[in-house]
Amino acid sequence: MADAPKLVNLTVDGKKLTAPAGSLLIDACKNVGIEVPSFCYYPNLSLQGACRMCLVRVEKMPKLQTACTTVVAEGMVVATDNEEIKQARKAMVELLLGNHPLDCPVCDAGGECELQDMTFSYGAAESKYMEPKNHKDEQQWSPVVFFDRPRCILCYRCVRVCGEGMDVWALGVQNRGVSSIIAPNKEDHLECEECGMCIDICPVGALTSGAYRYKTRPWEMNHVGTTCAHCADGCKTTLGVRRADEGMEIVRGDNRDKSGINNDFLCMKGRYAFDFANHEDRLTQPLIRKNGKLTPSTWEEAFELVGKKLNEVRMRDGGSAIGVIGSTHTTNEENYLLQKFARAVLESNNIDHHRTADFPALAAVLSGKQEITASMRDVYNAPAILLIGNDPTEQHPLLAWQIRNNVRLHGAKLHIINSEPIKLRRQATSFTQIPVGAELNAASFLAGDDSALNAITASASRENWAALRNQLRNTENLVIIFGSEIRGAAVTAVTHLASSISGAKVIALADYANSRGASDMGLYPDLLPGYHPAAKSGLTLPQMAENAKSGKLKALYVVGSNPLARFHLDSQIFAGTFVVVQDMFLTETATIADVVLPAANLYEKTGTITNTCGDVQIVKKASEVNGPKSDFEMIVRIADAMGYDVRNLVPFGRGETADMGQSRGAQSGEADRHAVWLQANNLEPKLSPFDPMAIFDEIQRLVPGYRVSRLNLLSGNDEHTQLSQSGPGAKHDPALIVPAHDNLFSSGTLGRYSRALNSVMENRNPQPAEVAAD
Amino acid sequence: MRFSDQFEKRFAEMLTHYPTKRSVLVPTLLYAQDEAGFLSDEVIAEIAQRLELTELDVNNVISYYSMLTTKPRGKYNVQVCTNIACMLRGGEELLEQCKDRLGIGHKGTTSDGLFSLEEVECIGACSWAPAIQVNYDFHENLDERKMDAVLDSYRKKAI
Repeated sequence: MADAPKLVNLTVDGKKLTAPAGSLLIDACKNVGIEVPSFCYYPNLSLQGACRMCLVRVEKMPKLQTACTTVVAEGMVVATDNEEIKQARKAMVELLLGNHPLDCPVCDAGGECELQDMTFSYGAAESKYMEPKNHKDEQQWSPVVFFDRPRCILCYRCVRVCGEGMDVWALGVQNRGVSSIIAPNKEDHLECEECGMCIDICPVGALTSGAYRYKTRPWEMNHVGTTCAHCADGCKTTLGVRRADEGMEIVRGDNRDKSGINNDFLCMKGRYAFDFANHEDRLTQPLIRKNGKLTPSTWEEAFELVGKKLNEVRMRDGGSAIGVIGSTHTTNEENYLLQKFARAVLESNNIDHHRTADFPALAAVLSGKQEITASMRDVYNAPAILLIGNDPTEQHPLLAWQIRNNVRLHGAKLHIINSEPIKLRRQATSFTQIPVGAELNAASFLAGDDSALNAITASASRENWAALRNQLRNTENLVIIFGSEIRGAAVTAVTHLASSISGAKVIALADYANSRGASDMGLYPDLLPGYHPAAKSGLTLPQMAENAKSGKLKALYVVGSNPLARFHLDSQIFAGTFVVVQDMFLTETATIADVVLPAANLYEKTGTITNTCGDVQIVKKASEVNGPKSDFEMIVRIADAMGYDVRNLVPFGRGETADMGQSRGAQSGEADRHAVWLQANNLEPKLSPFDPMAIFDEIQRLVPGYRVSRLNLLSGNDEHTQLSQSGPGAKHDPALIVPAHDNLFSSGTLGRYSRALNSVMENRNPQPAEVAAD
Repeated sequence: MRFSDQFEKRFAEMLTHYPTKRSVLVPTLLYAQDEAGFLSDEVIAEIAQRLELTELDVNNVISYYSMLTTKPRGKYNVQVCTNIACMLRGGEELLEQCKDRLGIGHKGTTSDGLFSLEEVECIGACSWAPAIQVNYDFHENLDERKMDAVLDSYRKKAI
């Protein structure tokens, strides 16, 4: 560790303060609550000194200095607020407003515009400029990025975040002086990763989002901090929701408050692809197959039928004739409840999910040993990173952001081993290309098996491999990240490498929002929550399909999963099986179901999800579509319809850590007031059998890795769970892992119903125009 | 894209002068423009590739400098200074005279491709104002008669 930085003493506005040597004056002021206004300064981006709003008077310096580029010095005496500075700021704002249209009442940024705020705080009420303002019509640069040139104040934030932050370099500045403009890389449009960071970071309304523009005003929305429903990185996102005909509609996603593991980062999917929630194909009422056709029905009829049928099969053929397929997009509580329902109510261990990473193998190596799983935060701070397999830029945008910015800001060393020349190699200290499928050999060699190299490399490069191994072995606090290419024995090899290095940690990459949670919560035929072995092993997903084919699987309960499409199953094999599907849409699997129950998605319910690193976070109900129910409620209602006492399923009303106010003293009325407080904070008092927090109590009690700070979690922070405290895990057939192969613009079934993602795809691969037949 | 041997020699040498490749961008653009007449998309792509920059980056720099152009110019680029010293000594009248004689305006090019006209800021010839610059040559202490003679001399040169 480096020594703590030296402190220097300075005086700002008569206040004595200390700041670390080398820090910027603007930060030193901010840290003690002295506001120095700025547009172009943005933490963690290169300095620009363009906007001149942060001018301050430093004694013994000839002119006003920009606080964003001035480094603090011992004995410095600074004034940030006097007539001279006020005048300078007023003049700067006046200049910025010279061409800036005063269309605040219709501008997207109105109400949260930095120029608006600065004009109110520092600006003049009138302008000396009599000239007409330059006007240019707005341009559409991509399906999601619009540019309103006259509103631009040339702070260059977008240019820098696109280049430095994203390593895309799609924006630049053309011309000079008063005619400077922000320009996209392809003359009149953008060719980029469509992350929308440029829009998010724009202090005014110059860059606006295709998804949000002219739809609403910031103060007309409710803002709900929750977790993204797409990939397995678990970005925190603030959804702007407003009332719509069919419930509550999401109109915007961002993370401007910089809370959570992703700071202000979001990718295309997090920022725009929430629109699947309001797709017109959403199912809103239960469907029952009558005379061969799926026909709308009431909830009562549907639950009654499902309960009756499942009971019938269980009584007649036993639980082993019922299969359950869980989801990688439902909450931990729902996953836990589903496996409990399968095992306790259906009396079946036939439960599985779409596996995209070998977490049981990782648990098997780590169980009872030292905890060496890394959190998403570790990726940003690690001194070195080894990445084997995967393409984070496409599949794990936040992970890629963390890696890139760790390299850029902290000088981390990145070593990549991959069968493809992935984009992150641009940040890499070393990039080693291996043949497809040789990841196990690479991992074994790094773990110490010299012979593993024979198959994958010519003797000439042996020295390079040995050098890489030596270097890695001597890198303390290395974080090793591996994709689904590393499974089974390879996981053991990688973990051995990690445990031989002091402070090294590992991350296994899965593909969906709650893939890790599905795994941790025991959606396996042979594993209970926390990777404890089940007394009797049930059927895996492919085995269930086999049994359906041979007529042995009489009922199949599918929750938020589309196995027919993902595993390319023949729809005919389920002809003799009673299939119940809970989903948002009529997926391939839903079309063959006997009963389809419309489900709410992750943005429409409360609970927790766990990202691929094992960071558990809360999801809060943001939007709502009238009709669907949460998977949680549906599972409980089916159990009820089967005649099961739901108190044995959900310990509601008597949770272990439930707080109805009793912990804050026996003052009369406290519980009521606490309930009001809970409601106000979007938390639910645990008085109903549909309260996910009641199950979370049970998870925290029974899954040792999940004993994390409840308070911190409920405040919207991430808490890292521990894998080493879990059960012995299991060695599974590596072929059971089926990677999703999603990219930046696809997201499994969700992506198919996102207009934003589809519009980008169409923009990239335009369909050839139809040619007239003549 | 092929440049002359002289260009390649200069380019290779310039690369050794700086710690980063992008430092040679501006002189490289200038030399390339001298050879090709203007900076075509092809030239921009070639230079971007050589210096490991995006084409957007190269375009940004070109758009900053008025001496660099992405559009073809006439064989002789007449640059008339109308900055303070030249203006006081008749620079603006010279510009009007050029517009009149050549039949083109600021940034225009004659139909025969012989002349382009440009109004420019100070060319550093204040002591001999009013002055103009044609390509890299200066013509100083001009008046109406001398100006006509200068234009004629270039016309003759072209035949």
